[in-house]
Amino acid sequence: MAGADGKIRPHYAKFERLLREMPPEEFEQKRLAADVAFLRQGITFNVYGDAQGTERIFPFDLVPRIIPAKEWEHIEAGLIQRITALNLFLHDIYHEQKILKDGTIPPFYVISGKHFRREFVNFEVPKDIYIHICGTDLIRGADGTYYVLEDNGRCPSGVSYVLENRGAMKRTFPGMFEQIGVRPVDHYPQELLKMLQYIAPKGVAEPTVVLLTPGSYNSAYFEHTYLARQMGIEIVEGRDLVVRDGRVSMRTTKGLKPVHVIYRRLDDDFLDPTVFRRDSALGVPGLIHAYRSGNVSLANSIGTGIADDKVIYYFVPRMIKYYLDQEPILPNVPTYLASEEEDFQYIMDHLGELVVKAANESGGYGMLMGPKASKEEIEKFRELIKADPRNYIAQPMISLSTHPTRQDDGTFEGRHIDLRPYILSGEKTVIVPGGLTRVALRKGSLVVNSSQGGGSKDTWVLYGDE
Amino acid sequence: MLSRVANCLYWMSRFIERADNTARVVDVNLQLILDFRTLDEKSLAEYWMPIIESTGDEEKFFSRNAKATGLSVTEFLVFDCENPNSIISSVSQARENARMVRDQITVELWEELNRLYLWIRSTDARHMWRHSPADFFGHIRNSSLLLVGTIYATVVHNEGWYFMQAGKFLERADKITRILDVRHTIFPGSGTPRALTQRDTLELSAVLRSCSAWDAYKAAYGAEVRPEWVAEILLFNDEFPRSVRFCVEKLDDALRRISGVGPRRFSNDSEKLSGRLLAELAYGSTEEVIAIGIHDYVDQQQVKLNNIGAALFNAYIFQPFMALEDEIVVQQEMQQQQQSRESFTDSPIRHTQAGATKARQTACKLQMGNEHDQT
Repeated sequence: MAGADGKIRPHYAKFERLLREMPPEEFEQKRLAADVAFLRQGITFNVYGDAQGTERIFPFDLVPRIIPAKEWEHIEAGLIQRITALNLFLHDIYHEQKILKDGTIPPFYVISGKHFRREFVNFEVPKDIYIHICGTDLIRGADGTYYVLEDNGRCPSGVSYVLENRGAMKRTFPGMFEQIGVRPVDHYPQELLKMLQYIAPKGVAEPTVVLLTPGSYNSAYFEHTYLARQMGIEIVEGRDLVVRDGRVSMRTTKGLKPVHVIYRRLDDDFLDPTVFRRDSALGVPGLIHAYRSGNVSLANSIGTGIADDKVIYYFVPRMIKYYLDQEPILPNVPTYLASEEEDFQYIMDHLGELVVKAANESGGYGMLMGPKASKEEIEKFRELIKADPRNYIAQPMISLSTHPTRQDDGTFEGRHIDLRPYILSGEKTVIVPGGLTRVALRKGSLVVNSSQGGGSKDTWVLYGDE
Repeated sequence: MLSRVANCLYWMSRFIERADNTARVVDVNLQLILDFRTLDEKSLAEYWMPIIESTGDEEKFFSRNAKATGLSVTEFLVFDCENPNSIISSVSQARENARMVRDQITVELWEELNRLYLWIRSTDARHMWRHSPADFFGHIRNSSLLLVGTIYATVVHNEGWYFMQAGKFLERADKITRILDVRHTIFPGSGTPRALTQRDTLELSAVLRSCSAWDAYKAAYGAEVRPEWVAEILLFNDEFPRSVRFCVEKLDDALRRISGVGPRRFSNDSEKLSGRLLAELAYGSTEEVIAIGIHDYVDQQQVKLNNIGAALFNAYIFQPFMALEDEIVVQQEMQQQQQSRESFTDSPIRHTQAGATKARQTACKLQMGNEHDQT
């Protein structure tokens, strides 16, 4: 919020003044009201590994993160460039594999990738789009540059909090929106539905779109129901669907009804027990066959996990140059690959200073924060990396930007934040302004993931620059 | 709509109605007991046990409680989580069903049900229960009415809404018969009616109050409380919303709205059975009931209501599920058939027998996920 010189940055000026003029009791009241509203509505999150397995409110801080228009234009351009390259990459590795044959990316990394689906090589995905919905995590370094931390191209979640947070802010600070001029976000469900209808199989006049959820015990279930309701589509579980003659139907009170597009919030592995994991009770037997036959479309397509891979992340700037002949607008965080010999040595020598991540984990699990870790944790990771170097990357600990966040005693203190915009790829690429700002609620913590106790803020992209 | 969703809406409604009815019964009988001068342990047990018996929960009750006292019985009926028919269990199950289909119910309905659920599990509720049961039950009653009103006023009256109505009225009809059954000993068998004691009269009034029928009864019959009139208003009255006849009429109507079939016709067993039951109630009389005996009559009606529920399940909810292994085999068979059909029609050149077999084998390998060579 404040610049290095301590003065309030121009795009925060209006908000800061309005906040200063508000008596602290009023702010406290509003904070409580927002919390109560969230709990009553059941906007909660199940934290894996929590002893009670209970629902907790996803903590929400009332101080919004504000982004001026010019800054957002830069981010938007960078994200569009990146998703275009990623989709071209996915098409390429599932077809001619030019980028591998040219040696731009060593084939070993793609072929050995846990999520590379060789069964789907030469398969034509609907409208040739692989990642329909992408959540790209951005951080802002000390010099104000936005870096890409990672792409999430399988089942990125969190957009429902973006929409609900905006609703809460509008109720809490109604006057502010008019005075400050914030771009809206509530067209996301319409854009999402438009994209899902766009990828329907050919020849279907009014495609039936459904959302496939693992069920009410999944940590993101609130989001599944929220999006389904906002789009006006059915939400289904695996057991509601049945495949006959290569076509997917849902079990309704009036018999079987055809399904054409599935927005699946299930990882590839769990989709079909006849093809992938046999023990998956969440999937639909025969779904992959129907997909191959072109009778049902899936968003995101099968096989996008390879782009999620943290090792492949290293190569994204090269992809941008290779497919688009452009310099990346948004840079990667400097990264070392444990399977490259020079990088491996550097990692071993500097383990205490680096952040180490397993290639295919998410949610902040499988991660080592070198500077904050104990000797035992560091040694444990040393062994893990030696045993399986292909699956580890390391990055210097970038200081995430901080944002004033209200503490229990009523004061405001800086807490680390990141930003996850949501990129929709259909007929066009659409990005709703802003995205989810996640905040690490514990002092000094850099882990913002909701599944590990982070919270969120509303993100305001201004029409203008202040 | 999805069968699973219809099932959840139906059961959510039934559990909401169940909680409400149990609350009424406990509330009224708690108040009533204050009117009795002396109650020794035996009379207390005799007073409370019929309530437990009416829901068929004696075994469960005695597995967890040594004696039937006011405290143990009311605890069992209100807060015992191991009793699936207690108020707290019913509210929890209603809320759980709602949660599974959150996207199908309005925000207002979810919020109110969630609020009731959170409250009844809170220490506030316990405190209120201990110090002011009247307030406690008042709270539940108001919540129930709010839920009924919210469902009526905000949920779109489509198929899902009619499943909710069906669940509600089926449950209500069932509960009314059980409330009647609690004091079936007061009701005369065939032959001359016995004289009513003061206690009998008070207990009959409690039956009426449990069904919110006190005012309706007075308006229809005057101040004197007679068992045959109590039976009549609760079984056969076509205008009072908590009579069995009224409920079955609404249930029948809801079923037909779901299938779209016209009046006096049926398209499945549940409609057939509800139509028959409605006719019995519409053209029945108290004399026939008394001839059979209230307890036996009520038993028969409960069986009929159960059958309607089971038929509803078969008509709309039940879809044959196969075990995963069987489903996998079926999928493979279908895929092989499809591949062989396609391989014959694909190419304009006539396949030799060997060629067709090879095509099928390749197709089979593809879909079984085996490796190909990639260059």
